[in-house]
Amino acid sequence: MLKKYCYLQKRVLNTSRGPAVRALRAQTDKREYAMEMKKIVESTPNLSIREAMVIDILLGKNDNVEGVCTFFGMNFYAPSVVLTTGTFMSGKIWVGRTSMPAGRAGESASEGLTENLQCLGFDTDRLKTGTPARVDIRTVDFTGLEPQPGDKEVHWFSFDPDVQIEREQMCCYLTRTTKITHQLIKENLHETPTYGGWVEAKGPRYCPSIEDKIVRFQDKESHQIFLEPEGRSVPELYVQGFSTGLPERLQLPLLRTLPGLENCSMLRPAYAVEYDFLPAYQCSRSLMTKKIDGLFFSGQINGTTGYEEAAAQGIISGINAARHSDGKPLIVLERESSYIGTLIDDLVTKDLREPYRMLTSRSEHRLLLRSDNADSRLTPLGREIGLIDDRRWKLYEDKQTRILEEKKRLKTVRISGGDLAADITCVSGQPVRDSSTLESLLKKPHVQYEVFDKHGFGNEQLSRAEKECVEIDVKYEGFIKRQQIQLQQMAHQQHRPLPEDLDYHAMITLSLEAREKLSKVRPQTIGQASRVGGVSPADITALLIIIEASRRKAQEQRRHEMLTSVMTETDHESSVPSPKTVTL
Amino acid sequence: MALLPVFRTIITHFFKPKTLNPSLSPLFHEPAAKNLSFLSKPKTLSKPHSSLNSKATLLLNGQDQRFMGLNGNDDKLISTTIAAIVTSVGGPPSSVGIVRLSGPSAVEIAARVFKPMRKKKKKGFCVWKPTSHVVDYGVVLDHQGNVVDEVLAVPMLAPRSYTREDVVELQCHGTEVCLRRVLRACIEAGARLAEPGEFTLRAFLNGRLDLSQAENVEKLISSKSTAAADAALAGIQGGFASMVKSLRTQCIELLTEIEARLDFDDEMPPLDLNLIMEKIHSMSEDVENALKTANYDKLLQSGLQIAIVGRPNVGKSSLLNAWSKSERAIVTEIAGTTRDIVEASITVGSIPVILLDTAGIRETDDVVEKIGVERSEAVALGADVIVMTVSALDGWTPEDTGLLDRIVSKKKSAGSSTPMILVVNKIDCSPSLCSEWVDRGGDSFSKHVFTCAITGQGIQDLEMAISEIVGLNKIPAGGLKWTVNQRQCEQLVRMKEALARLRSSIEEQMPLDFWTIDLRDAALALGQISGENISEEILSNIFGKFCIGK
Repeated sequence: MLKKYCYLQKRVLNTSRGPAVRALRAQTDKREYAMEMKKIVESTPNLSIREAMVIDILLGKNDNVEGVCTFFGMNFYAPSVVLTTGTFMSGKIWVGRTSMPAGRAGESASEGLTENLQCLGFDTDRLKTGTPARVDIRTVDFTGLEPQPGDKEVHWFSFDPDVQIEREQMCCYLTRTTKITHQLIKENLHETPTYGGWVEAKGPRYCPSIEDKIVRFQDKESHQIFLEPEGRSVPELYVQGFSTGLPERLQLPLLRTLPGLENCSMLRPAYAVEYDFLPAYQCSRSLMTKKIDGLFFSGQINGTTGYEEAAAQGIISGINAARHSDGKPLIVLERESSYIGTLIDDLVTKDLREPYRMLTSRSEHRLLLRSDNADSRLTPLGREIGLIDDRRWKLYEDKQTRILEEKKRLKTVRISGGDLAADITCVSGQPVRDSSTLESLLKKPHVQYEVFDKHGFGNEQLSRAEKECVEIDVKYEGFIKRQQIQLQQMAHQQHRPLPEDLDYHAMITLSLEAREKLSKVRPQTIGQASRVGGVSPADITALLIIIEASRRKAQEQRRHEMLTSVMTETDHESSVPSPKTVTL
Repeated sequence: MALLPVFRTIITHFFKPKTLNPSLSPLFHEPAAKNLSFLSKPKTLSKPHSSLNSKATLLLNGQDQRFMGLNGNDDKLISTTIAAIVTSVGGPPSSVGIVRLSGPSAVEIAARVFKPMRKKKKKGFCVWKPTSHVVDYGVVLDHQGNVVDEVLAVPMLAPRSYTREDVVELQCHGTEVCLRRVLRACIEAGARLAEPGEFTLRAFLNGRLDLSQAENVEKLISSKSTAAADAALAGIQGGFASMVKSLRTQCIELLTEIEARLDFDDEMPPLDLNLIMEKIHSMSEDVENALKTANYDKLLQSGLQIAIVGRPNVGKSSLLNAWSKSERAIVTEIAGTTRDIVEASITVGSIPVILLDTAGIRETDDVVEKIGVERSEAVALGADVIVMTVSALDGWTPEDTGLLDRIVSKKKSAGSSTPMILVVNKIDCSPSLCSEWVDRGGDSFSKHVFTCAITGQGIQDLEMAISEIVGLNKIPAGGLKWTVNQRQCEQLVRMKEALARLRSSIEEQMPLDFWTIDLRDAALALGQISGENISEEILSNIFGKFCIGK
């Protein structure tokens, strides 16, 4: 949320690739963000803050959480607890061959919690990630580098116009590795943890170190490196794409092989960090652990990496922790409802071998999960659970009405000939028939809503973002409908819930592997079960049948009991519901 | 997605009446009286949210509000309507066969293909409005509006049906051709081809079959699923499976290329459009070829009928005898010797062929010969290939022209496109050059062949010509190791359509992401043949193949 205030630069990536993969990226002032966030937390009513290192979970009688215990022996009590350990849990940072316990450069690791969680029966494992060096921005010569400015027309994460405050943007720059860079790395491969062989934890494939890139893609002569400022008031420059496990003494010479950085001074070396996480099959999709009622895991503890991934889990675990305390049912976002749903579904069903990062290709139905329709997908849900106040709800409803009205208008307004038709023929290369609706014009290739504005056929009441919504809905209607149909056909079967107490080991009709994997993951729906690695379609079939059979057995039994009770209490006959109304 | 193959598996084991435990099979087909208590039970399975543990969790599955209007008929989309031939095919034709439709739009789809014929109306067809369990008489039309068959439609509306969904059964004529054409019409009208036994599965899932049946089914499936599924893929259809695998690999490679550029645009070399189009083209060709074998499969089962027609005394019967290496037909010098249809069986390129020798077509007063001539014409129109025979000795005569015109006009009025071959017989007696014949008959003939029935000369050419016309020559020598069944055929058609859409998306310069939609669809269609999932595979490929990531 705060990205709206503190941005340094914003760009919409992938604009030409289609509406589903357009992604707004903001570079944020890290110092300003931290300050703002602190201010918000400190000024939130009814929120009290205590800082301490948590080392254990306090359990109640029914395997429910009762609170936490800190390093200095204090107990804090709560009906819900969210663990967000980041990279701190038994964190260890590496520069070259040297390591020290730490969660981040300059911040100490959290010790003891892992062991105590293990005692509670949780499985833990280790992951690795890294961060590149920071360079003093004042020592970099940007003159020969390709500037990467922000978008002239800024897009927003929030749909609330009150927080859409424009500010001056900062520029990023692009540089590239050189022959000398490659040579230097090749000569010193034995000094890196991976090729020297002293670190085995798995790093992310989408975020390879520079030595990985050079070894694996030998024929590529040069790799892009982005230089990104970290804040308006700090001199740190982030060297994106240049993370390395080389020892510190080699890092400065390596940086200085990059054009523009010949005379740079390094503020902080690149380092790798290893940390404990808890494979997320131990959580249900509400992010509450399956073992302990009221205990939630969120963020890197579940094996993800990245701010967006953390934020996505944060909102769900936060909502659910609050609902759990209130005794309300927990919420779950279905996989196809949102990227948040996709992320959590992936986390709790799939075997993670590397830190998980959200990518557009992870969603099977991404055309339905666009940023422009995020509000029409999720705001009603937010309203339902009390997160959207009346003001936001009215904003939302008014916007939807405007969009709907505009779509109707485009269907009814017809044009014959004229400047607009000529312009459209020119842009699309297709003829315009007489009395064409505006809708049909918008569906033609390369035609955008701006053409209507240009010739006075646009609707001035609509904001730019709303016009974009209309354009996408109209232009890609056929594709959207097709995906929707595909999705619904699939969802019909996939959403069938699985009882929580299934004894998979007793299901001899399932393959051995499926029995083991399903007992471990304990999926909540048939769809999830089918996505668990090692579970074949035949296993799912067998599972469906077992469930249906036991459902019927239970029903038959209930019916039998009901009939018996009817017979023994004949005087109450009229008030007893007939057997057919007895359902699950 | 992974679930569709599931049903295929379930049902491959369900629906084998012959191999089923005999005590079980009757239960699948009619409800025993003791099951009736279940009929009143609500369909819990059609409501995905009536969950067992929903008390504890609130499932939020947001639908895009902006498109809510579009999903007004939610139920229709959620459960598809399926169709299949439910009587046996492949054996000798029976008098009646049944195509069954089941699902929420069964009536709607049936009404699209079925037009009732009611005497009250003067002419033409009206829209079908069925009353449950009341039989209607009418015709089935294909999408071009041609009559495909005369049928009885039996509507059985939910829940009073075998599957508890709306069911429409179309009672057609019992030949395979009729049944397949009716089925195709239904599929073109929006039905999906049912997985084997899917009706039974639906009956089961909708609570129509009871517990003991379900438990029996469970046993059935458990014992066989893995082995049978493996055998089906690896053993019987090795060749086909490997082709599917290679097509799938190609799809995933393309997806990798494209999707990598969606997530890691700035680190990738530009996409080679020509190369991509080339790949799509070659995939389409592979699919086409595979589909052709579906044709071959049908030919293998039902064979070809070839009618030999012509004026009297041009040597039709001699041709039949020479071709079938028999003395099946009586041959004399007298014109009009053959009065009735004479059949002989041969094989052409391992395809069973029935040769039909017909009475020479001419104006005649002889009552018997007249009937023979009428039959000849009827046979000619019903055959798969017409061989028109003329005599080289007499040259092209006005009678030949008249006969050709008659056949062509009859063909036209029947809307048939049966290919014709011109056979110039008695070339041993021919005074003229062969080339003169080629222009005869205009473009009515697909091929010209010169034969001498007495010596057997040219018979091979004739077989070649027939092979070429029905597409047998495209089957590699030695035959195919595999054939495509109807379900696989349907998936291949789906893939073909997806590739066609993909090509048009590219040509219309749609943004890159849209290409992935149809490409995924194509890969999924293939996945339904081989039963695999794709998402993870694409990602691993992206990471393995390209240097990406910051």
